[in-house]
Amino acid sequence: MARYALRRLASIALILLLVSAIVFAAIHVLPGNAATLILGEYATPEALRTLEREMGLDRPLLVQYASWVASVVTGDWGVSLAMKQPVATVVGYRLRNSAFLALAALTVVVVVGVPLGTLAALRRGRPLDLAIVTATYVGISIPEFVTGLVLLLVLAGPSVGWFPTSGYVELASGVTAWARHLVLPAMTLTIVLLAHVVRQTRSGLADVLTAPYIRTARLKGASARRIVLRHALRNALLPTITVLALDLGYLMGGIVVVEEVFAYPGMGRLIIYAVQNRDVPLLQMCALVVASVYVLANFAADLAYAWLDPRIRYS
Amino acid sequence: MPPPVLDVRALSVQFETNEGPLRVLRDVSLQVAPGETFGLAGESGSGKTTLGYTILQALAPTARVTGGAILFEGRDLLGVSEDELRRIRGRRIAMVYQDPRSALNPTTRIGAQIAEVLEIHERAPARAAGRRAQELLELVNIADPASVARRYPHELSGGMQQRAVIAMALAGGPSLLILDEPTTGLDVTTQARILELVADLKRRVGAAILYISHDLAVIAQVADRVGVLYAGELVEVGPTADLFAQPVHPYTRGLLDALPHLDGLRGLVPIEGRIPRLTDLPPGCVFAPRCDFVAPACTAATPALETVAPERRARCVRWPTVLATPRRSTAAAIAPETVASDAPLLAFEHVSKYFGGAGAVARWLGIGAPPVRAVDDVSFDVRADEVVALVGESGCGKTTLGRLAVRLLRPTAGRVRFAAPKPTDAQIVFQHPDSSLNPMKRIGPSLARPLVLRGLRRRERGRRVRELLEAVRLDPDYGARRPAALSGGEKQRVAIARALAMAPQFVVLDEPVSALDVSTQASIIRLLAELRRTLGASYLMISHDLSLVRHVAARVGVMYLGRLVEIGAVDEVFRAPSHPYTRALRSAVPRPDPAVPGRPIRLEGSVPSAQHPPAGCRFHTRCPQKIGRVCEEAEPPWARASPTHWIACHIPIAELSRSSEEARP
Ligand SMILES: Nc1ncnc2c1ncn2[C@@H]1O[C@H](COP(=O)(O)OP(=O)(O)OP(=O)(O)O)[C@@H](O)[C@H]1O
Ligand code: SF4
Ligand code: SF4
Ligand SMILES: [Mg+2]
Repeated sequence: MARYALRRLASIALILLLVSAIVFAAIHVLPGNAATLILGEYATPEALRTLEREMGLDRPLLVQYASWVASVVTGDWGVSLAMKQPVATVVGYRLRNSAFLALAALTVVVVVGVPLGTLAALRRGRPLDLAIVTATYVGISIPEFVTGLVLLLVLAGPSVGWFPTSGYVELASGVTAWARHLVLPAMTLTIVLLAHVVRQTRSGLADVLTAPYIRTARLKGASARRIVLRHALRNALLPTITVLALDLGYLMGGIVVVEEVFAYPGMGRLIIYAVQNRDVPLLQMCALVVASVYVLANFAADLAYAWLDPRIRYS
Repeated sequence: MPPPVLDVRALSVQFETNEGPLRVLRDVSLQVAPGETFGLAGESGSGKTTLGYTILQALAPTARVTGGAILFEGRDLLGVSEDELRRIRGRRIAMVYQDPRSALNPTTRIGAQIAEVLEIHERAPARAAGRRAQELLELVNIADPASVARRYPHELSGGMQQRAVIAMALAGGPSLLILDEPTTGLDVTTQARILELVADLKRRVGAAILYISHDLAVIAQVADRVGVLYAGELVEVGPTADLFAQPVHPYTRGLLDALPHLDGLRGLVPIEGRIPRLTDLPPGCVFAPRCDFVAPACTAATPALETVAPERRARCVRWPTVLATPRRSTAAAIAPETVASDAPLLAFEHVSKYFGGAGAVARWLGIGAPPVRAVDDVSFDVRADEVVALVGESGCGKTTLGRLAVRLLRPTAGRVRFAAPKPTDAQIVFQHPDSSLNPMKRIGPSLARPLVLRGLRRRERGRRVRELLEAVRLDPDYGARRPAALSGGEKQRVAIARALAMAPQFVVLDEPVSALDVSTQASIIRLLAELRRTLGASYLMISHDLSLVRHVAARVGVMYLGRLVEIGAVDEVFRAPSHPYTRALRSAVPRPDPAVPGRPIRLEGSVPSAQHPPAGCRFHTRCPQKIGRVCEEAEPPWARASPTHWIACHIPIAELSRSSEEARP
């Protein structure tokens, strides 16, 4: 297991290096460099040249890349051009906020989705199952901005007003207020993922329940409860983990939309801001951070899979 | 006699299907006494497994019991509540079924799976249950129970998995044990040890055992009494010795005559026709359409299970006539092929085939896995007009060798020389005909395709397809069917017809009949022998079944873990001097004759991994005759026992000739 994890970590480092190269290259392919951005379109060539030299932009690309990687690794992420703040501080704060959102959504998805899927599988073809399956179809087919707006109108509208329509409150100023601001965006994010997880759990469990070892358990005299909890679920949830890992990419896309709808200060909005302001140092770190989160989360999913499935432990 | 533990009375079961009700079991009655092993035999689809599941009330939801009773310790199981059933399952009645790998939960440790029975039924605390699980593993002869209990199913060999499943079945101390094909799919040497275990358990545990198998040879070795099931009806019941010595029902006789025998002298007489469809059964006796003794009285009404002798019953109205007629089996054996010429058609020269393995960089870094050595330095040849068989247990490399022979694979080292001009001169027939037939394509076009390549015109192709179908004894109108509408045996005939369409000089037959019932097996083997004679082709037949090989091959090669260990004329390989592995293999084959009890030579442990084959003699980790360090260190040399017979072992030939403790009374 440890060896497997180490090998995977090595490959992750390699992937991230590749991502950083792509990010770096993409930004250098764009017309105009940081110096142009700072000085604006009408800067004199001499001023540009001077700034470029100061910023080291006149060095060979490979050298620039290497020094950039070195500074990223040592924690020096530069200063945001538009915000005039260290990129590390900005990204750290926003990343934390987005993480609250994503974790809240994922927790709900697992805590609600797995039991719902289980219930549907156990009541296959009956009204409850049909209701759940229909609901997941609806959930999958509605895009976030629609769900978000509907939730806004219904739960935050003037008639109900249970939740704030937008914004964010620091955890320090009270858990209740903080949580209330989290509910609607998290709920919006949850719906599609919930549908995926419910469907995967349902079909996975239905599959496993026809496996010969389930019959073995039944012929041992195990009760229906024991069969599901002890024998079926663990095996059925293995593919669900994979679905969750794949969904992470989807979750990140969703976060951009949801944060915009609810004016929530997270990574999603930060990226949009960086793009709009052509804030290159901010943008490249955002891209790198998002890619790292994605790769690491997949790694975590793989580890969880290996931990739950003894068959692949040492592969 | 004590009252029976299990008393099935006039049981009928049917499945509801789209084509109407499928009457899978009809009027089945049988009893099993405490300490008795009842063998239930029958071909595929005869309803054996359905009977097992009916007893435990574990049938599919589409099944319905339409009549009869299942008395277990005097109480009818058909009436008991679900709660009551749960208390009976696993504790009073336990079942073991085919394919232990899928019967075990892949993500739970072996020990925990066994202990669970005790947790369910005795509310045993985890500690105590775990200890008991280890004792049970010991009871089924597992050498290192503590470590095996901690392992997961995929970490055990097939034989160990089946032992674990049996241990699980014994955990509740059941009074009835149902074993459904517990050794099907296992190697013969492993099978021999499981059968030994079953016999041993009968003595020690004293449970009633219902042993279900399609393999009459296995039944002959384990059962006290036998019931023969045909298309859902029990056609004959009797004590094992009597039934095998003098079968009464024509179907039982047919089954016994269809079996191959290790002496190569008897058997392989097919039963004509096939099992009727359970949706439209013939009137009267279900066996009538295939029976040589059929008379008008047979189709008038379903014959009753009549008592024909003390303790013997048969469902045949003409049983006195049948009994008075001598059996056919002893006469009609296929004449074994003789060595024909000495011009090699196909020659293997130091051929090796390695699969996978890490690339050079990974190996250099020391992190890559070594390759699987499927075939390692094998040399032999197949001559023109000759049948050579390769035998060995699963994973020994025989299939790989077959594929190398027809160039489906390229050797990693060495050379495969083929003395025929065209590539189409070599063909292959696979174990599962499905893998070579396109399910969407009708049989006719499937057969015509290779003929197009040979440049035949449309009219000629039609004629040739009809000829081919006739050659494999299929009605020409089968050309219009799709594979799904054919039985397993018929599909295999089509696959053979296709291989023959090119009039090849050489055909590889990779386990051509191992997926088929005995009577189909007999007819396919006869067909293959006959076709070969008309074609004058050579066969390389790959099989795990020694008895079958005895009937068809002129020469036999024995493989173990990628190596050829012995090769010789068929009679030479079946008698001393023999390689120690050949001897063990031969002794493990169950005889379909209760009068000749098996005395298998025990092979300890399991076949080592082909990634890390043992040094020296590959067989040394399990060899009962190992002579010492030399076996572990030096590769055994080839020694010549006769001009045609070679053995690779450190023991001198003279000494191998002396070891003859397997001679039978
Ligand atoms: N769930 C089911 N629905 C419909 N038909 C079924 C079902 N299960 C079994 N059958 C049919 O019942 C008949 C008997 O099947 P069964 O599995 O009992 O045979 P068997 O003697 O155990 O065969 P085998 O040797 O192949 O295991 C077959 O025709 C089979 O196709
Ligand atoms: S009853 Fe007739 S058809 Fe049936 S097995 Fe006996 S002789 Fe054959
Ligand atoms: S060489 Fe040694 S180990 Fe190998 S078969 Fe002969 S006696 Fe057994
Ligand atoms: Mg069966």
